[in-house]
Amino acid sequence: MNIAVVKPTRRKLDLRNGRVDLSHGAGGRAMGQLIEDIFHTAFDNDWLRAGNDQSAFAVPAGRMVMTTDGYVVSPLFFPGGNIGSLAVHGTINDVAMSGAKPLYLSASFIIEEGFPLGDLAKIADTMGAASREAGVPIITGDTKVVERGKADGVFISTAGVGILPEGIDMRSNAARPGDCVIVSGSIGDHGVAVMSKRENLEFDTDILSDTASLHTLTAAMVAVGGPSIRLMRDPTRGGIAATLNEIAHQSSVGFRIDEEKIPLKPEVAAACEFLGLDPLNVANEGKLVAIVAPEAADAVLAAMLAHPLGQEAAMIGHVVEDPHCFVQMETSFGGGRIVDWLSGEQLPRIC
Amino acid sequence: MKYIDEYRDGRLAKDIARQISEEVRPDVNYHFMEFCGGHTHAISRYGLEDLLPENVRMIHGPGCPVCVLPIGRLDAAIALAQRPEVTLCTYGDLMRVPGSNGSSLLKAKAAGADIRMVYSTLDALRIAEAEPHREVVFFAIGFETTTPPTALALRAAIDKGLENFSIYCNHVLTPAAIQTILASPEVAKLGTVKVDGFIGPAHVSTVIGTEPYDEFAENFRKPVVVAGFEPLDVIQAILMLVRQINEGRYVVENQYIRAVKPGGNRKAQAEVAEFFEQRESFEWRGLGDVPQGALRLREEYSHYDAEKRFGLVTPASKDNPACDCGAILRGVKRPTDCKLFGTACTPDTPMGSCMVSSEGACAAHWTYGRFREHAKTKEIERSVA
Repeated sequence: MNIAVVKPTRRKLDLRNGRVDLSHGAGGRAMGQLIEDIFHTAFDNDWLRAGNDQSAFAVPAGRMVMTTDGYVVSPLFFPGGNIGSLAVHGTINDVAMSGAKPLYLSASFIIEEGFPLGDLAKIADTMGAASREAGVPIITGDTKVVERGKADGVFISTAGVGILPEGIDMRSNAARPGDCVIVSGSIGDHGVAVMSKRENLEFDTDILSDTASLHTLTAAMVAVGGPSIRLMRDPTRGGIAATLNEIAHQSSVGFRIDEEKIPLKPEVAAACEFLGLDPLNVANEGKLVAIVAPEAADAVLAAMLAHPLGQEAAMIGHVVEDPHCFVQMETSFGGGRIVDWLSGEQLPRIC
Repeated sequence: MKYIDEYRDGRLAKDIARQISEEVRPDVNYHFMEFCGGHTHAISRYGLEDLLPENVRMIHGPGCPVCVLPIGRLDAAIALAQRPEVTLCTYGDLMRVPGSNGSSLLKAKAAGADIRMVYSTLDALRIAEAEPHREVVFFAIGFETTTPPTALALRAAIDKGLENFSIYCNHVLTPAAIQTILASPEVAKLGTVKVDGFIGPAHVSTVIGTEPYDEFAENFRKPVVVAGFEPLDVIQAILMLVRQINEGRYVVENQYIRAVKPGGNRKAQAEVAEFFEQRESFEWRGLGDVPQGALRLREEYSHYDAEKRFGLVTPASKDNPACDCGAILRGVKRPTDCKLFGTACTPDTPMGSCMVSSEGACAAHWTYGRFREHAKTKEIERSVA
């Protein structure tokens, strides 16, 4: 007897007008289709194609690093990127700041009921493109849908693993008096780009977020600086002010920096001026701060200047002995002042 | 930005600083009060003190709207926000100001009160339009600079026939406060606070002009120089004050000619006069009751006056007894004289209002200048050793 297998028609996801509903998170066919059509299509690789709940990969010899980060930026789309680019770049950068080579990412989505499928596809496509460009595949993931009002569009969580080169062991308490402070480029671009699209605050600017994966820059730096690079940080929330204060306290040192040497775009300075913000407190997503032993500083800076993501790199100051752990700055006006942490939450949900 | 950078030119600043050093008399101590928090902020942020000779001392004045709001008025606003029908719209600065018993607008919001941060009065108006079933109250604070926008919002509310919009008016008046400081016992009789001259308000003066200061410059024989908020404005104003003192003059001078006219902005003044009238007296934190120190809505607009509409009473709330904000706002004490400064009270855990606003004397000193004490201690230790 011949039994005809009738396959139900599979309707394509309506990316133009469709919205995420609770069935997309319920574990049934709708969820399978969402994952298949949006995420697997965007991230496409052998691991995901295998369709397992986890992915296996060979572990190279040596020390590994692992990191995780959540992304809740508002608005989700901003000049120069979207929450998807942040979720890939931010986690790659957290791995890279240890001096490690990033290998793999995971991605987990919490989606609000009613979120446009088209926007979700756009975000996934951006993530896929960013991870391919970086050469760091997304090899496992998860999707949850929550009722309307229980999230804000979409929240993304990514984790990353990487492998450390032999002899590299950067630590937050490693800054020593005399070390040089290098920043990889102009500060505050990301924060200003996001704020320019905030509800109630919209203003016209050509500034784009600096969101970028910095692992090729850090690799170039580590290649010439090796263990002379004491530590690296990506100054995201709280800007370079927060980063330098953190390092000062963790290393029990102070900083002296020179305002005139800090790269700052005039448009960013202008936006900060009318928003009443200090660019030193404004978030970056594609910049790093490196603390480098003085004998290696010139070589590391030269390597940065030769890299596309470090063309505006600058030495902005040095580490000093200071039991109070103050970050002090010579202002371009000629006086001195402290650069402090930001108090309170002036800029919530910037990444 | 070019327009602003010109007023932050370090080389020009050094030139003016050199002139000040050359012109100050070594046997004279110069005490100048910058009235406005905007000036305090510029002085701290650009490290202006480093450019001044030792015998020129700046005293931080009470010109920070958040700082001078009495706790009772804040408590009343918190109580108002807790009413289920009310949406309270406020500037972000006010959210963290401590009220009585550890309360604040931020904590009230976390506990469920409908409090929204806005950037302008018009944002509040938009909320009132979009949500006609909510009683939208704008928590209006500030000096003469912020009063015209409140007046404009009122006019717009009337034009649009918005019945659910009202103002909790805490607009205060600058000349009355300066008068009160000069007439205070510490300045006038006891001599515990020496004020030889004033840097007059920048933005306030764009509205009220320079004329309102003439009277007390004459009566109290104190020079006033109205100055902009950029660091070069401030240092130039200091030079102008030094010259007046040296020449025995006490007149009102205008450093901020690019924005301030003697008569101010008549149109804005008329708009304010249409909706507001002077209160007989109003409590300023630190200064106490200031005669004619604030505005209220005129009787004919009482429908838009949240105090009347909701029968608000201002509770008699007291400041934390250990907090020296009051004395600091009068110039009697410096931030570092307060026992709480930098210990229990920091911008992250403010006990007093001067530590909340970035224009407050304590916040400005903590955020930008607190290395100075340690630098001085070090110097003394070195000289002793």
